This record gives sequence, C-alpha cells and structure tokens, in this order.
Amino acid sequence: MSYFRAENLSLHFGGLKAVDSVSFAIEKGEILSIIGPNGAGKSSIFNLISRLYNPTTGKLYFEDRDITDDPPYDIAKLGIARTFQNIELFENASVLSNLLVGRHRHCTSSLWQEILFMPSVRRDEKMHRHKVEQVIEFLDLEPYRDRVISGLPYGVRKVVELARALCTEPKLILLDEPSSGLNVEETTDMSFWIRDMKSELGITVLMVEHDMSLVSRVSDRVIALNYGKVLAMGQPAEVQSHPDVVAAYLGT
Amino acid sequence: MKFLFKTDYEDDIKLFPHAGYMWTYGTLLVLLAVAPFVLSSYLISQLVFVAIYAIVGVALLILTGFTGQASLGHAAFLAIGAYTAAYLQKYGVPFPVYFLTAGLLTGLIGAMVGFPALRLQGIYLVIATISFAFIVEEILARWESVTHGNEGLRVKTIEMLGTTIPRDSPTFYYLCVGVLLLIILGAINLMRSPTGRAFVAIRDSETAAKSMGINVSLYKVKSFAISAAITGLAGCLYAHKLSFISPEMFTLALSIEFIMVILIGGAFSLHGAVLGAIFVVMIDPFLTFLKDDIPGAVANFSMLLGAGAAKAAEIEKSVAAVASANGLKGAIYGFIIMAFILFEPLGLYGRWLKIKLFFQLFPLYKRATFKRQKIYMKSERNR
Repeated sequence: MSYFRAENLSLHFGGLKAVDSVSFAIEKGEILSIIGPNGAGKSSIFNLISRLYNPTTGKLYFEDRDITDDPPYDIAKLGIARTFQNIELFENASVLSNLLVGRHRHCTSSLWQEILFMPSVRRDEKMHRHKVEQVIEFLDLEPYRDRVISGLPYGVRKVVELARALCTEPKLILLDEPSSGLNVEETTDMSFWIRDMKSELGITVLMVEHDMSLVSRVSDRVIALNYGKVLAMGQPAEVQSHPDVVAAYLGT
Repeated sequence: MKFLFKTDYEDDIKLFPHAGYMWTYGTLLVLLAVAPFVLSSYLISQLVFVAIYAIVGVALLILTGFTGQASLGHAAFLAIGAYTAAYLQKYGVPFPVYFLTAGLLTGLIGAMVGFPALRLQGIYLVIATISFAFIVEEILARWESVTHGNEGLRVKTIEMLGTTIPRDSPTFYYLCVGVLLLIILGAINLMRSPTGRAFVAIRDSETAAKSMGINVSLYKVKSFAISAAITGLAGCLYAHKLSFISPEMFTLALSIEFIMVILIGGAFSLHGAVLGAIFVVMIDPFLTFLKDDIPGAVANFSMLLGAGAAKAAEIEKSVAAVASANGLKGAIYGFIIMAFILFEPLGLYGRWLKIKLFFQLFPLYKRATFKRQKIYMKSERNR
C-alpha cells in the first residue's frame, strides 16, 4: 500500500466545490508537488490533511491508518508537519522558542515535574535544544537564534517556519508554497534544502508551489489541479505539457 | 554592554543568565528580609497587599499575558479561595491543609470555567468571565448556610505549629512574601518548559499551535486551572489579611484592579506582575494623601499669588469638594489605564527595559528600537 493516500477527498462550502473527489497517493521518500492556478483547491487539500477542515466526503490514510477523524494535534503526533502559505509563526517569541514548540510532540514531562523543574525536565530540555540545534545547522539559521520573529525579514521567517516543521522530526512534511515571497537566491537555497530533506533526513515531501522551475527541479511527481479536480498526474515535464494544464493556465 | 557567551545548552535555561542577576536579586531578597525591622507597620501591611496582588498578577499573566485568554473574573477566583479557607478554618482544619485546598478547589472551578471558554475569544471571553464573576458574587450572597450571605464571615488568625500568626505580624509578611517567591519560581519553571511554550504558542497562533501537535483545548483549560489555583492561594492569604470577608469585597472593581496590575506592570513578563502590584496598591494611599493635602496647597499658592485669606479659604473649599467627589477615584484609574495603553503598552517593566538599554548603549540608543511595527501578513487565518 502507499505511504499516504487520499481517497475521493471532497470539501464543499455550500455550492462551492473547493476540492472535488480528489484521489492521490504518495510513496515513501518521494517529493510530490501540487500545482494549479489560484483557487484550484491546493491549500484546501493541505488544510484537509492537517485536519483544520473536515472533508465533506473521502478518506485519508497515513501508513495504512485511517486519519480522517483524528483531531489536528494528533496529526502532528503521527509525524505529519506543515508550513503555511502566510507564515504562521509565534510572532512575539524568539526563533529558538518557536523551534522548541516544534519539539512539542516529543515532550513527555507532566505539569508537576515542570513546575518543580525536575532533573528529568532539565535533561529533556537539553535534548530538545540539541535537536533544535541540528535543524538550525541544517538550515543555516545560526545568526537568528535569539532574534524575535516580529523583527525578522520575510525570507528568514519562511526558513524559520520550515525549521519549526523539521523540529517535529516529521515523516511527511507538507510545504505550502515554500518559495512564495523569496528572491531567486533564496529559492535556490530552498530547492537544495528540499532535496536534502529527502536524501539526508529521509522525509517524504508534499508541496504546493507556483514556481515551475522549483517544481521541475525538485519534484519526483506532479499533480495539476483546477477547480478542485485533478487535471493531470505524472512526471513534471509530462504534466507541464499536458494540454489540459496548459489550457488551465493560459485559457483556451 | 554585556555580551553573554554561551558555551552550553544549560546557559539557555539557567534561572539567572549571569552573576549580575544573582547580586541584584540577592540584594532584593536581603532588603525584603530586613524590611519588617526598618519600615513602619503601615508600610509592611501595604507590602503584604503588594505580595497578594502580585500573586494574582502572576496568575493573570499566565492566563492573559502568556496564553492570551483575557479574564475579568479573577475577583471571583479570589473569593472562592477566601471563602474555602474561611469555611474550612471553622471546622478546625490546619492552615497548610486549607491553604492548599483553597488552591486546589479554585483550580478545579477554574478548569470548569475553562471548558465553556474554549469556544470564546477576545471580547466574548471577557464577557463570559464577567458573568462568571457575577454568578459567584450572587452565590456568595445567597448561600447563607456556608457563606453567611451579606453579613460576611469572620476569619480567625492563622494557627500553625502551636503559635498564632496575627495578620499584622512580621511572620505573616514573611509568609506572604515566601508564597509569592515560590509561585514566581514555579511560574518561571513553567514558562521555560514545554507547557509554557505551548501557552505562548496558543496566544500567537492557534492554527500553528494545532499543527505542531498542541492540544489547544487541553492547554487552555490547563492555563485556566493554573491561573485560578494561584488566585485561590492568594484568596486564602487575602482572607487572613482582611480578617473579615463579605461578597461586596469581590466585585468587578477588584477584577479591574487585577487587570490594571498586569497592564501597568507590563503584560509580557513576570516582573510586570510585581511592579504593577506595587503601583496599584500604592496608588490608593497616594491619592488619599493628595486628597488631604492638595486643597491646602492650592490655597497657600493662591495666597502667594495675592488672593485674600477669605478668597483662599473659598478656593480651598471648592478644591476639596472636587477632590472628594464620588467616583473621582474610578475616573483617575480609568485615565491611568488609558495613558498606559496609549503611551506605554509594555508597562512599567517595558519602560525599565528601555531605560536600561539606553544606558547600556549610551550614545548609540536608537529611538525606534521599541517602535511597534505594523505587519500585514495575517490576512488569511483559520481560527
């Protein structure tokens, strides 16, 4: 069976079909991109997977487990992390504490232990700090450790958000437009990091992206959506030259 | 300017980032310890109120400052703590037991208030907590078999280890300050561990908190429970300090005073709770002092300007009438809150940090360092 599967996934807002019986599967260790014009339902699919929305119909399976009815916080515990299109960081906290929140799913201490700051809590904190440091090194965030988010430029925030998702040690990561708002150089860095995430950390990647050069550089497979429906699925080059996809982007 | 050179992960979670802090807080501790031998008994009594207000301030900071859930119902939690203590004391329960029971019971009720509050945000949550406070006030007035209704309850002095601790003794002062210090320590510990970070995460973005695996509802309830429990402990001390409690002591006005504590102190740091408590407790005697002295001062001044004695007496009388007008105190409180929100949203502690930074950077301080930025990035949120 596939690593992750969506079967007949639909999301209707009244008469509007944001997602209309979409089915796809992700294999372990691949990078799958979802492309499509604005309003095609890409981010809605992400919100369905991270359970911020309830699907109208359809099922979601991760590692052969039905996750359709799990609450959002359990999704993260299963090892699915995500980033947001319009950066959702904890603005009044430092980069370090943002990343430490990412470690939440690995925290086991009880409230009383924390209030007394028992040795076990101290030990765990250091362990989390070490893991966070590895991510900081991976994404070159060293200069920003103690900076508060609200004072950081957009490009750095984007990387911090990716770092926070990596701190959860995910098995599957959902990237919502990782390159939006980034300049050419930053986009190139991002493409290297996405490849490295796959090859070095063994993370499966599902991403929504508009930048076609980034998509064709990193993706193993591409899905094209329009009006909530799948137009084409396959190799990046194949999908980009598919007549329906061209029509959706350029008009007929 | 001091640069911290961190060489160990321990450096990030230390209680005191460097030795300087130990000296400062050590000195403060010594000053607090010798205070009863130096200060007048009136000032010590005021310090006890500062300690109690600061405990409630810490509680409100955890709920409002760190978790982002506003509450105007903390007078009710204080009342529950106070009445629990007074009721249990009547049946001969020893002080440590009813002190902790007051905290636990209030914490439980706080959790129960937390559940309906899960669906509410911002101003609606404030309204819900206000109505909770009214409900509690009403129950205290009507449940006469337990609370003696509007007649109120007399609270006896604390008896512990065979001795009594009168409410104006130095021992009671040490007790209150000791409880405050322990609670601050507990709050610092909480804020540097996963639960504290989860609270801050919920304040800044619930959506992101959820997707990081934080059970938002559970942590909101936890925050309510912790905050209420701490307020309950303060309530027990408050009851002993006043030695008499009745429902009309725990009104909305008291809740607003608690909000003032953290607004004026600075709603982002535990320092704010203490600074705000000092301000709020001391403003009352200060205003009374002004009320008594200002009319005379104005009269003297007008004499200096050449007004006759009769005219000066008339002026003194009218100024005194204004100074003792009903509701003037409330108006002044309102103005103070507004002034802080407009001109110093970071409160007294924020002002202190700015002054400190000014001297640290001395000729290089930039005016815009603390300028609030407007950022338009949160257009699309699914709350």
